[in-house]
Amino acid sequence: MGSPVAKRAGNQRLNMLIDRIKLFESGFQAIKENIEKLLQQSDAKAVLLVDRDGNLITNAGETERVDLESFATLAAADFAATSQLAELIGEQQFHTLYHQGERDHLYFQALVRNIIIAVIFDQRTTLGLVRVRVKHAAETLSKILEDIFGGQEQAVPEEEPRIKDISKDIEDELDRLFG
Amino acid sequence: MALINYATREINVKIVYYGPGLGGKTTNLRWIYGKLDQNTKGKMITLATEMDRTLFFDFLPVDLGKVRGFQTRFHLYTVPGQVFYNASRRIILRGADGIIFVADSQRERREDNIDSLENLRDNLATFNLRLSDTPYVMQYNKRDLPNLMTVAEMEGLLNPERVLYFESVATQGIGVFDTLKEIAKMVIRKF
Repeated sequence: MGSPVAKRAGNQRLNMLIDRIKLFESGFQAIKENIEKLLQQSDAKAVLLVDRDGNLITNAGETERVDLESFATLAAADFAATSQLAELIGEQQFHTLYHQGERDHLYFQALVRNIIIAVIFDQRTTLGLVRVRVKHAAETLSKILEDIFGGQEQAVPEEEPRIKDISKDIEDELDRLFG
Repeated sequence: MALINYATREINVKIVYYGPGLGGKTTNLRWIYGKLDQNTKGKMITLATEMDRTLFFDFLPVDLGKVRGFQTRFHLYTVPGQVFYNASRRIILRGADGIIFVADSQRERREDNIDSLENLRDNLATFNLRLSDTPYVMQYNKRDLPNLMTVAEMEGLLNPERVLYFESVATQGIGVFDTLKEIAKMVIRKF
């Protein structure tokens, strides 16, 4: 076979742009403030906001010992798997999930736009308080997310770099990493 | 779905390895995991059966570091290849920015490759997507084994759109980085 072979046998049509979530300073700050408020009001250890593709959007609290990237991926997968279970019994989805541990527990709440709140908590608070505080926060955050993503696609602010302008640098980095 | 966070200067991209069971998807990820520096790779997550077959998915984050100030990460996922795990496959496929179809080059796996590609098209259709609108490449794996289909045969069977293809031996790492590098570039060029 010799060296690995890559051959282009024809032209590719890449007309459609990648579907993506774009977050800018103002929207992100509003989200971040509400996540921090939820952390304080619920007495939780940590609060994370992830999307259903496993991207971590933001987090607050004691997360130093948590592998956040793995957490976001598995939280999204957990939600996706239980959504399939919901469908099997005639539900569209389960809006909340609760996992009880020996010391630490998890509480998940679905928001709009495929975003999930994940709360890590222990004996410093109760499931009841977490549930109530998350419910309130979910209403506020859902409104913020609709404001951010509900309308037309947001224009990138003038002062921000266009991703297509840095794509060449990313390609160079890929060449460096993968030879 | 790609995430671009201008506030925290982060770019996340999702790449999915798809293909028939025992075709080498997890082997691709393991090779990448084994070769990358600690700084570049995150923890590899494997949700597998006791027999080491992928049950839900494998996940490996690859971190390019800061590029023009943006922390740039590629999230690599494999789907379970076994036919009866389609619900898991659909979950993982959702939001994929780029796809690597890992085909098994052994002649006896001919039909399995065709079925898996058909399954990929069907699953994308449930999200109102067509394969032709998604960046994807073909990887013809196990080129070191006997009783292989020729590349021309595989192209005829599996690649009507004539996208890029790579010959590979994932167990030895041959073609693994080349395939990943190309799909990553294709996705980035679409931003």
